Amino acid sequence: MSRPRPTGPARRQVRNRSAVPWPLAVPALIGALFLLVPLAAMLIRAPWSGLLGILQNSDVLEALRLSLICATAATALSLVVGVPLAWVLARARFRGLGVLRALVMLPLVLPPVVGGVALLLAYGRLGVVGQYLDRWFGFTLPFTTQGVIVAEAFVAMPFLIVTVEGAFRGLDRGFEEAAATLGASRLTAFRRVTLPLIGPSLVAGAVLCWARALGEFGATITFAGNSPGRTQTMPLAVYLAMESDPDAAIALSLVLLLVSVLVLASLRDRWLRPGSTL
Amino acid sequence: MKPALTVRGRVERGTFALELDASVAPGEVLGVLGPNGSGKTTLLRVVAGLEALTTGSIRLGDVVLDDVESDTWVPPEDRPVGIVFQDYRLFPHLSVRDNVAFAPRSRGAGRAAAREAAEHWVVRLGLAELAGRRPGQLSGGQAQRVALARALAANPGVLLLDEPLSALDARTRLDVRTALRGHLSEFEGPVLVVTHDPLEAMVMADRLLVVEDGRVVQEGTPSVVARHPATDYVARLVGLNLYAGSLDPTTGTVTLEDGGSLVTTVAADRTPQDGDTRVFVALQPSAVAVHTTRPDHVSARNIWAGTVVGLELLGDRVRLEIRGDPTAIVDVTPAAVADLGLVSGAPVWLSAKATETVAYSRAAVGA
Repeated sequence: MSRPRPTGPARRQVRNRSAVPWPLAVPALIGALFLLVPLAAMLIRAPWSGLLGILQNSDVLEALRLSLICATAATALSLVVGVPLAWVLARARFRGLGVLRALVMLPLVLPPVVGGVALLLAYGRLGVVGQYLDRWFGFTLPFTTQGVIVAEAFVAMPFLIVTVEGAFRGLDRGFEEAAATLGASRLTAFRRVTLPLIGPSLVAGAVLCWARALGEFGATITFAGNSPGRTQTMPLAVYLAMESDPDAAIALSLVLLLVSVLVLASLRDRWLRPGSTL
Repeated sequence: MKPALTVRGRVERGTFALELDASVAPGEVLGVLGPNGSGKTTLLRVVAGLEALTTGSIRLGDVVLDDVESDTWVPPEDRPVGIVFQDYRLFPHLSVRDNVAFAPRSRGAGRAAAREAAEHWVVRLGLAELAGRRPGQLSGGQAQRVALARALAANPGVLLLDEPLSALDARTRLDVRTALRGHLSEFEGPVLVVTHDPLEAMVMADRLLVVEDGRVVQEGTPSVVARHPATDYVARLVGLNLYAGSLDPTTGTVTLEDGGSLVTTVAADRTPQDGDTRVFVALQPSAVAVHTTRPDHVSARNIWAGTVVGLELLGDRVRLEIRGDPTAIVDVTPAAVADLGLVSGAPVWLSAKATETVAYSRAAVGA
């Protein structure tokens, strides 16, 4: 007995194998809408006609300027100490390394407001370290612009570290060996071989860190307060404006949304490829 | 004149150990031939300073690079040792020119001065047209030349090569092998090449060390090793049938240790001396003829029966493994396999001329 040749409907079934069955399609659609509707709502309700005027408001510009400065400074701080720390986590072998790695990564999952409380207890005027800063140098961090930078770096640095550490781990040690046999000291090899080779990950980690710092709210408001021109960054300004001037809040949010889109676009090769991971 | 390299000691890593006592003269190319996993690469890493000896010492002339006893160890960046890695390890973010200029740069030259120093080697190895390319844009043969130029630009006292041709395809290998031999012969210091490929070793080395089971089993010029292997392993490497036995000097007949006997021609320069009768008999696989019935009308003086136990296609010929007294590997054409109906289990007759069955003293090859 010969098997019947596939006729029209059977073929259609074969062709439709990639079709999504409805028990998956419906929740998937709901999920997509859940994520997209709020963004759309912001675009729908945006005060497009008065937008330029709002954004030219000096308070808004001040918050924007402060945000950019602080996020950039926090990223710079993270690069200076975070990259060496990532290298140590990836390469060093000592007792307690695993615990150190876990603690360093903790701010990734810690509620930022808790981070702010912790920062106050450490660097506040009466804090574990802060009391000496105050007593010896007359220097206090909380409720200053520097405090904003510290709060943002505390929350954002682990994003840089986790990205760069992965790159260090993934790097073929053979290149560093080759550099050594060519007369390069370990530091020279790090500078001329290791760093350039992890360049793309370094950039991605820095962008990620910067974006996280830019959006930082909880630790900042707890540790640095909300003083316009000194510690009031964009997210804080948005939150406050929602009370008094919703249009301004939406306008500020649109700016942050635009920045987020740009960040995502810059990381597209790492994130938007199917199957890609951080 | 550059000093000689002396390696005397032992490396141990996990499951293997390699014991070596060797000296390489300036200008000499010493080939270390051995199976994969025998510690050859570790030997090079130890000389380069990427790993340490377990016991013993490494010297370059009077300079001690590594000495376990006196606890001396020079780090890799301070050793005048150039190495061409098996996978080349060219820096992917640097152009060919900057790869070659890496060593001068590392030793403190400015970018311009380093490039100038590199230019000499870039030109010498025929890389001028590729100087601006990245390693990713090079063919295997080109990448190998860059790796060699990069190592030489450091002006090393010793040059090490790890399986220099293994990353190349068969056709490129042929061209590169000859060119590489030329470059190595121009190098004034000692050269150490490790490989598992006998042909590679034969072509490149002035002298060969064959390592097996962690120790040197034979040392000699490539032609001696190829013609008069001292172990079954070397014989297999160079594609020879090798039998140990005892020679009757009056008839040239050798009684083989593993059964059977062969009428041989004794190598004039390696005749057993002083009543010693221990010899090896080497027989090329292509010098053995295969027959389906007992050959009565051939001039060959060695005729014996056997059974086909294996067939393997090797390029344009078929290598047969024949069990008998003695067991032999035999190379025939694919046409012969078809004509004679050779399948696994088939009974066959083998014949070999006495003139092609060469006996030589075991003592003369150090076994």
